[in-house]
Amino acid sequence: MTAIETTVTAPATPSAIRARPAGFAHDVASIAGRALRAVPRDVEAVIPPIFIALFFFVVNVGTLSDLTENNIPGFDFTAFQMPTAILLGVTGVSRAYALVLDVQDGYFDRLLLTPIRRLAILLGHLCADVTVACALTIPILIMGFILGVRFESGPLGVVAFIVLSGLWSLAFAGFGYAIALKTGNPAAVNSSFLLFFPFLFLTSSYVPREELSGWLDTVASINPVTYLLEGLRSLVIDGWNWADLGQALVAVAIVGALSMWLCFAALRGRIKRG
Amino acid sequence: MRTTISTEKLVRQFNGLTAVDEVDLEIEQGEIYGFLGPNGAGKSTTVRVLCTLLAPTSGRAVVAGHDVATNPGQVRLSIGVALQEAALDPKQSGEELLRLQGRLYGLSKDEIDQRLADLAQLVDIGDALGRPISTYSGGMKRRLDLAAALVHNPRVLFLDEPTTGLDPVSRARVWEEVRRLNQELDMTIFLTTQYLEEADELADRVGIINEGKLVAEGTPFELKRRIGNDVIFARLEGDAAGACPMVEAVAGVAGVEARGNEMVITAAEGTAVIGPVAVALNGCGVPVRDLTLRTPTLDDVFLELTGSHIQTSDEAIEAELAEMTDATESDNDSSEVRS
Repeated sequence: MTAIETTVTAPATPSAIRARPAGFAHDVASIAGRALRAVPRDVEAVIPPIFIALFFFVVNVGTLSDLTENNIPGFDFTAFQMPTAILLGVTGVSRAYALVLDVQDGYFDRLLLTPIRRLAILLGHLCADVTVACALTIPILIMGFILGVRFESGPLGVVAFIVLSGLWSLAFAGFGYAIALKTGNPAAVNSSFLLFFPFLFLTSSYVPREELSGWLDTVASINPVTYLLEGLRSLVIDGWNWADLGQALVAVAIVGALSMWLCFAALRGRIKRG
Repeated sequence: MRTTISTEKLVRQFNGLTAVDEVDLEIEQGEIYGFLGPNGAGKSTTVRVLCTLLAPTSGRAVVAGHDVATNPGQVRLSIGVALQEAALDPKQSGEELLRLQGRLYGLSKDEIDQRLADLAQLVDIGDALGRPISTYSGGMKRRLDLAAALVHNPRVLFLDEPTTGLDPVSRARVWEEVRRLNQELDMTIFLTTQYLEEADELADRVGIINEGKLVAEGTPFELKRRIGNDVIFARLEGDAAGACPMVEAVAGVAGVEARGNEMVITAAEGTAVIGPVAVALNGCGVPVRDLTLRTPTLDDVFLELTGSHIQTSDEAIEAELAEMTDATESDNDSSEVRS
């Protein structure tokens, strides 16, 4: 008997089961679930940012706190530095490179062949990214508490701090997805990391804005991350400063609107190209 | 019979290049339609348009009663697709992939469980279903891809070169499954292939596409009847064209076509003619390497319609390797001469 003859076929059961639209929220949850299940299999994507954030947090506090606190009366450099460490950890955390691999493996086409709303593919990934980013803030917050940081805004302030950091991560992630969908090239997605430098370092990441001068002060004044950092710091240092928080939310919204516009345009282009 | 897939003057262009050129199709429910053509003929582009992955440049395509351009969501609910390359996520397990697929088609957990049980023997990878897809062999991936296309019980199944790159045993299993789905579930199957025997074996009707145009359509029998009853295929040591007049003069020969060192002779009674043809070729002074009598194949049909043989991707790779080998040998020879 040959191998072909021994093949057993599946029973023919003309099942009544038929496809139907699953619903937008269900689609988003399904894609987000898949993306989150993939995180433990891709720990190399989340370990480096958290390590870098913790490393620079500890090193910066160790090397600069005496210098800054001695020169600026009443200044708490550890509390000041924690939002910078958080942004180092969560900026650029996304599954955009995984989306590129989906495009390359043809799995993106498999998704497009289902009745899923196209928007849900992207939103599902972005929801997973926000979840991961919020989770990544936890170890940095714990390190901050160990180093003596206390939130003037209380426990709700900690929650607001995590949410604001997650929203920023989401806003920045849009650039990665835009590049992923536009190019389908993993190297190009990795290079989106370059955007991180002007955003995160041409601002008041290491000293208060009043201490900046010249061109750096000018650039920092138009960098949305400056306002985000001030909003985050206000939760730690001042309590509930609604003006700073409002400016931080507007800054995140502006960056988010730009990045989302780019990534949804890239999604439309990718779908159109087939 | 109800029409399940139809196109009217379907055109798809890429940057001004026409990949699908005014293709008209009418495919009935429950039919296996073979779409045959060489690499780059426009088969996959046609499938991608019919599956809503690409919008038509012009013309119209209707699948399962819905226009692919204006109602793609309804089309997607009715179709299952296994594309040319297995479209899988290597980091998921087979079971995770099938379950997600079921959820995206709106199936409940119980329904997904039932469909996984129904498809278990088709997937036929045992405990491996729980392993990452990256550990699967090519055949396992193909079967999983087919199962993913079937999770939601589609009315229409598109298979884009489902057996390319598979070994003969795996290929036979896919054929068996295609027949079973069609016969037992009355599924309409649109199958693209570059393998002539696949179209011949499986398809109720075959459409032949070349350079984007549908050049012929019919049952495999009807298409082969276009050629005549028998074909004598001669491979010569020299140019075949010079020998044509002598062969054409042989009584009973219906047609002669020469291409390079090959000659295709059609005749109503091949057995009666092959002897005189051999004598005629011998009289031309061109040594004969092979002389074969056979019934017409779809390749003969393709040759008559387009003037060239179908070259599969496997053959293209072999030809490329042969060219590279020749070039290397030639370089070596040159080196020897130079040294």
